[in-house]
Amino acid sequence: MSQEKIIAVKNLSKKFGNFIAVNDISFDVYKGEIFGFLGANGAGKTTAMKMLIGISKPSSGEALVADFDVNFQAEMVKKNIGYMSQKFSMYDDLTIKENITFFGGIYGLSRNQIKEKTTQLISDLGLENEVNKLVGDLPLGWKQKLSFSVALLHEPKIVFLDEPTGGVDPITRRQFWEMIYAEAHKGTTIFVTTHYMDEAEYCDRVSIMVEGKIEALDSPKNLKQQYNVTSMNEVFLKLARNIE
Amino acid sequence: MKTIVFIIQKEFRQIFRNKAMLPILFVLPFVQLLILSNAASFEVKNIRFSYIDQDHSKASRELISKFQASDYFNIIENFASKKEANLQMQKGKTDVILEIPNHFERNLLTDKKTNLSVSINAIDGAAAGIENVYISQIINSFNQNIKSQLYQYNDASYIQPQSIISIPSFWYNNTLNYKTLMVPGILVLLVTMLSLFLSAMNIVREKEIGTLEQINVTPIQKHQFIIGKLFPFWILGLVILTVGLLIAKLVFNIPILGNIGLIYLFTSVYLLVVLGIGLLVSNYTETQQQAMFIAWFFMVIFILMSGLFTPIESMPDWAQKITLVNPISYFVEIIRMVMLKGAVFSDIAKPFSIIACYAFVINSLAVWSYKKTN
Amino acid sequence: MKRFLGFIKKEFYHIFRDKRSMFILFGMPIAQIMLFGFAITNEINNVNIAILDKSKDSETQKIINKISASQYFHIEQTINSESQIQSIFEKGKVKAVIIFENNFSKNLQTAKQGKVQIITDATDPNIANTITNYTNAILLNYIQEVNKTNIPTYSIDTQTQLYYNPELKGVFTFVPGVMTVILMLVSAMMTSISITREKELGTMEVLLVSPLNPLQVILGKVFPYVFLSIINATVIVILGVFVFGMPIQGSLFLLAAESILFIITALSLGILISNIAQTQQTAMMMSLMGLMLPVIILSGFIFPISSMPLPLQIISNIIPAKWFIIIIKAIMLKGATIDIIWKETLILIGMTLFFILLSIKKYKIRLE
Repeated sequence: MSQEKIIAVKNLSKKFGNFIAVNDISFDVYKGEIFGFLGANGAGKTTAMKMLIGISKPSSGEALVADFDVNFQAEMVKKNIGYMSQKFSMYDDLTIKENITFFGGIYGLSRNQIKEKTTQLISDLGLENEVNKLVGDLPLGWKQKLSFSVALLHEPKIVFLDEPTGGVDPITRRQFWEMIYAEAHKGTTIFVTTHYMDEAEYCDRVSIMVEGKIEALDSPKNLKQQYNVTSMNEVFLKLARNIE
Repeated sequence: MKTIVFIIQKEFRQIFRNKAMLPILFVLPFVQLLILSNAASFEVKNIRFSYIDQDHSKASRELISKFQASDYFNIIENFASKKEANLQMQKGKTDVILEIPNHFERNLLTDKKTNLSVSINAIDGAAAGIENVYISQIINSFNQNIKSQLYQYNDASYIQPQSIISIPSFWYNNTLNYKTLMVPGILVLLVTMLSLFLSAMNIVREKEIGTLEQINVTPIQKHQFIIGKLFPFWILGLVILTVGLLIAKLVFNIPILGNIGLIYLFTSVYLLVVLGIGLLVSNYTETQQQAMFIAWFFMVIFILMSGLFTPIESMPDWAQKITLVNPISYFVEIIRMVMLKGAVFSDIAKPFSIIACYAFVINSLAVWSYKKTN
Repeated sequence: MKRFLGFIKKEFYHIFRDKRSMFILFGMPIAQIMLFGFAITNEINNVNIAILDKSKDSETQKIINKISASQYFHIEQTINSESQIQSIFEKGKVKAVIIFENNFSKNLQTAKQGKVQIITDATDPNIANTITNYTNAILLNYIQEVNKTNIPTYSIDTQTQLYYNPELKGVFTFVPGVMTVILMLVSAMMTSISITREKELGTMEVLLVSPLNPLQVILGKVFPYVFLSIINATVIVILGVFVFGMPIQGSLFLLAAESILFIITALSLGILISNIAQTQQTAMMMSLMGLMLPVIILSGFIFPISSMPLPLQIISNIIPAKWFIIIIKAIMLKGATIDIIWKETLILIGMTLFFILLSIKKYKIRLE
């Protein structure tokens, strides 16, 4: 893995009135790594992520994503990232093919590129028979795989996944992580939030957020050593307890 | 530009995919145009007329037959007592009661003076005013007749009374066909309602289902997104207008004296105003429910204060000023001028330029207030 | 029952927590009634007209004075020739031109007949017709006075009594009308949207698998809106009485009962819509596009139903708003009691039952 920084966060904060959702966090993400962004519900993960993808303005601090400043160059940031949100967000009333065409289109792909990508994506996912089905009629697991692939359509440098595997069965989760590995292997940086601690084990490095702050950041192996436990789950519980 | 095409394509797909919406978009407006255009008239006719004849004389019968002969009145009943008549009025069965007192004829002949009493249900004040005019016209002509008849036979010193003949002429619509006003008017309302509701709901709908967030992380530019979103509704508005004009011409036989191109030119700018308002509403609301209520609120005000159903001149000054920001009032005025009076561009230049400025201001506000970040 | 109450509580929380919607629900009806009560009237007042007096004698001057003194007209300008009419009509400055013929006064005295021409811009036939009528009335009134002084005459003294609204206030028709439109649309829209919203969010499934039976779910969803609509209706009536001087001749209790009945009718229509529609968008477009214009035009709110062509008079019977307008006008202005409006009341009850039965039928089909 290279040591080239692709995300550089410095003293980033977000306040909503008196409530500090993200409190002065700093960290770096390196090119090509799978970076796990962990935390309990309400710890500020999603808020932090929204600042990095340019849809929420930081209250203070700065962050460079793919060498662009989220404060001033949010639109350039967006050209270089893919995003898959926690809420499944494709159009239920469009078919698989139509969704791909639409998202490809707004990322500026040409009709020909879209055609190629569609064929490739459909065959990768084995959805040949479902191409003209409405997305709303697909099982959740397929929807999520599809939305991951769509987030990668424009070949972004980084892809942000916000709790991508919520509510799916273990087999699908496994397949999903295989897709993530494959993509990381191609050199795409993966930034993923999750609260499944077993998934944290799959990451190259993880950060753990508690009450708006990053309390720990290292590889899963080092973290387990540091806290002298055998699983990430225990690391997490220890951290959370310390705070209380 | 290319990006916009993708959005437009997607919007059209979504519109045509929702089978429950299609009849609302393409059938309902025309059914309403066909039906409601016939209903919207202030003409006062079929007035339900009752009388109490306590005189039972030749004169009283003659007076009643005059009401019978009039097109405006339908004779409902001959009541025996005032009390019964009043009860029927309270029940809403009769609008006007004429009471002919005892000795009506005798008083007329001997004292040259007699009286009548008329009761009118005046809840609808405007209609009551007109009913009153009709009634006094009939009584008056009855009176004139008696005068000339009786004088000629009985009175040597007969002097013909003076009279004023009024010759009404109704320009631009000489048969007083209410549909010539209402068909274009209701068409305007339908086009406006459809485009306002659809555009107000559209973006907030994506907010609610979460797809807007997905759009916001793409490098798409604000104006591309907004143009792409609104263009399909703009087209839809023009399609509804076209079908509506065809219905106006073929079914209702409404004259189109002016240049039809002017109507399209104006409508295409006007729709930008309506869509811009919808977009503004969409930007400032969180749920479709809120968006709909606000759109509804403005729509009711726009409709009732457009001058289509009630005259703007009768409103107080401050209310007349409000109509200056009501886009529908301009549309109603212009479609009337072009279709019925054959106005040319120079006649409508002023309202046209107002609407054009309006469109510019509203859409700048809408684009400005649409935020990809928060 | 306890569960059911808990459920209703949840619905209230939903509504009251959303400050913006609360503001919309209560603020808008008030704003509308104030605006329309003051601004809208179908009376014709201060219509701009022009005079073309070719005779310019003392008699035409007297008539012009009478016209100018009337509240109906405002003499915007005097013109000198017919050729100007076209252009002032096209500019839309005046709605009518009244023309006195040459030698009007002389003709009146010698030929006993003077001619007046009333030319109106009939693109709005409503205004044109009314202007003509009012002008005629002024002319008639004038000539009667003249004849009275000139010669002994037979006279019929007509005493006109204007029942229920002696000052011919437009407000008396508009307040009940606006109240009806608001209650109808707000109630139907609110219920249809709140039910389809749960369908769209998938929470309806959760409610349906709960131990509450489907009827309770629907009742629970609708109940808060009954409550809200009653508040709205009360506020509107209070404004009508204290701001616009509407009388309440009949029983307040009856008025309240009938209003609640109508609210329930509108809500049950909302339930029916939500059963047909799958998405909020469809529900809203159905209730707005489908209800708005028919309720405004076919209910008798603005246009007298008795003047409509027969087929439309028949169609107007299926508009619940028509019956409610008859009922509230009868109670507030005529002091009617239930034995006068029982028929209208029964029709509303019948419609409500029809909507509810149809919804239940549709509902079962959907659950299969």
